[in-house]
Amino acid sequence: MNDGLADFIIRALAAGILVALLTGALGVFIIWRRMAYFGDTLSHASLLGVSLGFVLGISVNISIIAVSLIVALLMAAMQHKRHLSNDTLLGILAHSSLSLGLVALAFVEGVKVDLNAWLFGDILAVSSQDLGSFALMTVLVLGTLLFIWKPLLSLTVHEDLARVEGVNVTLVSTVYTLLVALTIAIGMKVIGALLISSLLVIPAAAARKLSRTPGEMTIISMLIASLAVCLGFLTSYLWDTPTGPSIVLMASLIFVILHILPINRGQ
Amino acid sequence: MSDSLTSPALASLEDISLSLGHRTILRDVSLTLYQGSILTVIGPNGAGKSTLLRILLGLQQADSGHVYRRAGLRIGYVPQKVQIDNHMPLTVQDFVQLGRKKRAPHLTQVLNEVGASHLLSASVQSLSGGEFQRVLLARALLRDPQLLVLDEPAQGVDVNGQAQLYQLIDRLVKEHQFSVIMVSHDLHLVMANTDKVLCLNQHICCSGHPEDVSNHPEYMDLFGDSSATAGIGVYTHHHDHAHELDGHICPLNGDACKAQTHE
Repeated sequence: MNDGLADFIIRALAAGILVALLTGALGVFIIWRRMAYFGDTLSHASLLGVSLGFVLGISVNISIIAVSLIVALLMAAMQHKRHLSNDTLLGILAHSSLSLGLVALAFVEGVKVDLNAWLFGDILAVSSQDLGSFALMTVLVLGTLLFIWKPLLSLTVHEDLARVEGVNVTLVSTVYTLLVALTIAIGMKVIGALLISSLLVIPAAAARKLSRTPGEMTIISMLIASLAVCLGFLTSYLWDTPTGPSIVLMASLIFVILHILPINRGQ
Repeated sequence: MSDSLTSPALASLEDISLSLGHRTILRDVSLTLYQGSILTVIGPNGAGKSTLLRILLGLQQADSGHVYRRAGLRIGYVPQKVQIDNHMPLTVQDFVQLGRKKRAPHLTQVLNEVGASHLLSASVQSLSGGEFQRVLLARALLRDPQLLVLDEPAQGVDVNGQAQLYQLIDRLVKEHQFSVIMVSHDLHLVMANTDKVLCLNQHICCSGHPEDVSNHPEYMDLFGDSSATAGIGVYTHHHDHAHELDGHICPLNGDACKAQTHE
């Protein structure tokens, strides 16, 4: 019987959909708050977590999460310093941490690290243990997002107005940043450090024309991201294309189609 | 005002100073806001008017001085620039309720009050300047404020709309009895409705009743005296009709003007 094969395909697909639900939901705020570059920086930096895991000989999953959270908090703190423009700062941080991660990997002896898997994802390598922790984290992240939904939406629309109306802006946006960090940590394994931020941006952007309210846009973005994962998986299965890039291409295809079609529910 | 002495202050600023780099933004500014009164802050561009409001609201820290807001004070704030990203689908009814924890049962009533009920399900990006200011007022009103803080409420609104907007604010104050602190660059527009004017240019140049301020030498230095502006020959004329928010024409003498057909 070949159920070992069927199992790992189902596991992979399930992991992909979990990541899609996360990036789809958090991604709408990424584009509303114009944080696309922020997501990019965070995912580049998370590669440092991989290296650190190997160098220190600890679980890579844990070191990715730890590094993502630390970098996210650093970036949140740096946003208030205005010496350099945010774009410049993020650009420096993104590529220096990516390079640091790559250089550090070169020092790891005895372990052969599959760099490709971390840069572009290796969805078929998801173990059932991974899947269990992904599911748990997905519930945690989406639950927290639901909990902070209204204040987060309010500060996204207008930060000062939200502050005057009693929203703890610093707390809520830090929590949101941490949710993005967790999502990237999970998504890295599935779709890779270089591509994960595209799943934050593309489905959300594609959902815009179909939505009339922020809530609608979030749900539709999650659905589009999941659809992209399924279609990308299918092309990868049929034509043996790399899975991560196929998923991103499918998301882009959905975006382009929706933009060409003469539909516009949200004006 | 006589009752200013008896009613407790809602909020006050004491000797507020702020510099950014070597530039003085505010120097020793004090003011007190009492129940049911309208205070207007006027001053040229860069006078520190908005900064003053931000300090009062706790959005910005002063270098020195003391900020007092009565505990539990409900503030309705209409900020200066509100730009909502085109990527966010947001209707007026969703926008105005962002400032509340629960849905507002009196939502349509409040939108009616500011003349924006026909915009209920319009997207916020489609609003004109005047419409957006009304919607912002509605959001502030939904919080049942004791103090209304308005930062250039008439900016981005054409001249006719500005007068209407100030009339609306005046009417709301009479009905709701809240206090208002408002920033404006045009004393003449707000003159009729304000109790006290504070003329700001980093420091308080002069303050008092609007007529007194408009004759004050420091005010004239900043804004030019009225005989000089009269010399420019601003063309003033009166319309025999006005337009409702939705564009309907209504006669100026008739006070009720509800959805008449346009000839």
